[in-house]
Amino acid sequence: MSVTPSRAGAVPDSRGTPPPRTPAQRRRALGLDRSAWFLLLPALIPVLVLSVGPLLYGAALAFTDAQAVRTSDTRFIGLTNFLDLRFDSLFWDSFGIGLTWSVCVTAGQFALALGLALLLDQNLRLRWLARTLALVPWAMPEVVVGVMWRLVYHSDAGVLNKTLTQLGLLHENHEKIDWLAGLSYALPAAIVVGVWAGMPQTTVVLLAGLQSAPPELREAAQLDGAGVWRRFTAVTWPALKPVAVAITALNFIWNFNSFGLVYVLTRGGPGGQTRLPMLFAYEEAFKYGQFGYAAAMGLVMVAVIAVLLTLFLRAKLKEEAA
Amino acid sequence: MSVPSPSRSRSPSLSAPTPPAPGAPGMKGARAMKRTPAKVRALRLAGGAGQYLALACYLIFLGFPLLWLLSTSFKTARELGSLDPAWLPRHPGLDNYRAAFDAQPLLRSALNSLVVACAASLISVTVAVPAAYALARHRSLVGRASSVWILVSQTFPFVLVIIPLFLVLKNLRLIDSIAGLIAVYVVWNLPFSLWMLQGYVKAVPPSLEEAAAIDGAGRVRTLVSVVLPLLAPGLVATLMFSFVTAWNEFFFALVLLKSPENQTMSVILTRFLGAEGVADLGPLAAASVLATIPGLVFFALLQRRLVGGMLAGAVKA
Repeated sequence: MSVTPSRAGAVPDSRGTPPPRTPAQRRRALGLDRSAWFLLLPALIPVLVLSVGPLLYGAALAFTDAQAVRTSDTRFIGLTNFLDLRFDSLFWDSFGIGLTWSVCVTAGQFALALGLALLLDQNLRLRWLARTLALVPWAMPEVVVGVMWRLVYHSDAGVLNKTLTQLGLLHENHEKIDWLAGLSYALPAAIVVGVWAGMPQTTVVLLAGLQSAPPELREAAQLDGAGVWRRFTAVTWPALKPVAVAITALNFIWNFNSFGLVYVLTRGGPGGQTRLPMLFAYEEAFKYGQFGYAAAMGLVMVAVIAVLLTLFLRAKLKEEAA
Repeated sequence: MSVPSPSRSRSPSLSAPTPPAPGAPGMKGARAMKRTPAKVRALRLAGGAGQYLALACYLIFLGFPLLWLLSTSFKTARELGSLDPAWLPRHPGLDNYRAAFDAQPLLRSALNSLVVACAASLISVTVAVPAAYALARHRSLVGRASSVWILVSQTFPFVLVIIPLFLVLKNLRLIDSIAGLIAVYVVWNLPFSLWMLQGYVKAVPPSLEEAAAIDGAGRVRTLVSVVLPLLAPGLVATLMFSFVTAWNEFFFALVLLKSPENQTMSVILTRFLGAEGVADLGPLAAASVLATIPGLVFFALLQRRLVGGMLAGAVKA
């Protein structure tokens, strides 16, 4: 990304070497001229006040004993929150649940979305229906997705138990499974919902990636006699890979920070089996009023995500180089 | 999703002079020439069948929960209580919809959601257009910083943001107020609006603006009467998208709105669930269906644009 002289500047000689820049041009390349600032400010100010500011403020709160209902002045307490957090086994349990959840959901989303994107890229009948249906979860409020799946998983009125019974997989007189309340079922059940809800974005992005690859390449490979699998590994995947890596990384972050779905599905139950870190921190902040402590949790989450992402992206880059 | 092809088990040597290599996955060019037309057709048929099978699975997975939600919303209370739920309501009726309006201030919350979503999307797009233009047309340090910020702001856990926001809004006396929520949505919608609009701006050829400038139009004039009309489709798409985002949002609304008469539809829906999650299923399903309608309508209108717009932002940024 080399810095080009701004368009408002002198007319560049056609496509040749750029003319040496005047100091004014260099300044413009670094900053912005006045009218551009004027255009940018209306967006910049609210973002600074309500997004950058609060984030920094939130980070600072992690080092204080701020509480919702204040009995005394908020004090700076250094690393105390983090030291406490180290021995908070409930938090680390929830952290582990969060990691399991986001790894599984991200993997599921990717696998299913890739399959669907490949299918949608073919000329199949009913493609329009799948395309439309695939977008629906995106258009739905998170809360509704949660409610809907509660209806699916409901032990008596739910369609899942009904289907399983009809298929003979579940005994008619046997006790019905309460999917969201069973200690061992709740998290997997929630993960399925997470995959369902997050598939559309991934599918759209992957499909876009597929369609931006030149079809001639695949056709050429086909003429050369490459089979389906070989065409995928040799032509399609290399073109898709950058997009795939990017969306996987983003999905992972989003899933780790997910809140609404599980809040509606289980409220973190049964017995904390689905208590994602965001739910934990939310309760800490708005049920128990421990603002400082919850902010510290938030910071730890950011730090861990940053480390994991760095590792992931570095591994991918190394793969590329090899 | 490769389906074992039936043709492979059939005796293959109709015309092939050399015995074909066993179906190893990494077969090379020459082998394709040896396939007889019949074999190719059978293979293709099997592949096609496999694809349709997979597609059917996807349709079931994606569509079934939706149908169940709809079906539940039209069932009578008696049917919902039965231990063997029917696929379709036996006596479909609107009782649940009526009950939903009685149980919670649904109309009020729909109105709140509408006001919040309209205001938030209009303001954020109005603010985003000039900024997107500046970012798209001037490569600069600020521009790059904003792009990084757009990405970074997507990655932070909302707890870290909501606590200070809560404190700030409390000082401004904007807790439990729709105005406060609108302000928050504007800011958190901005990154995506900027992202989409920037892509659309870049699709407008700069030569048009240069022509306008030669004709003596100023910066603002150029923006208003040359760029803006060309942006119109992108603007509409961005507007609809941020409307749906605001309409669907849950977390901020849950924390910032306290009294039922101020709450948006997402939050009101969770009130149907009750404290311990024992829910009145019928009305809950009915209210959920209603809450989904605006998003679905807009997405139906958006379908094509959405993909294009995201790509435009992604490819060029």
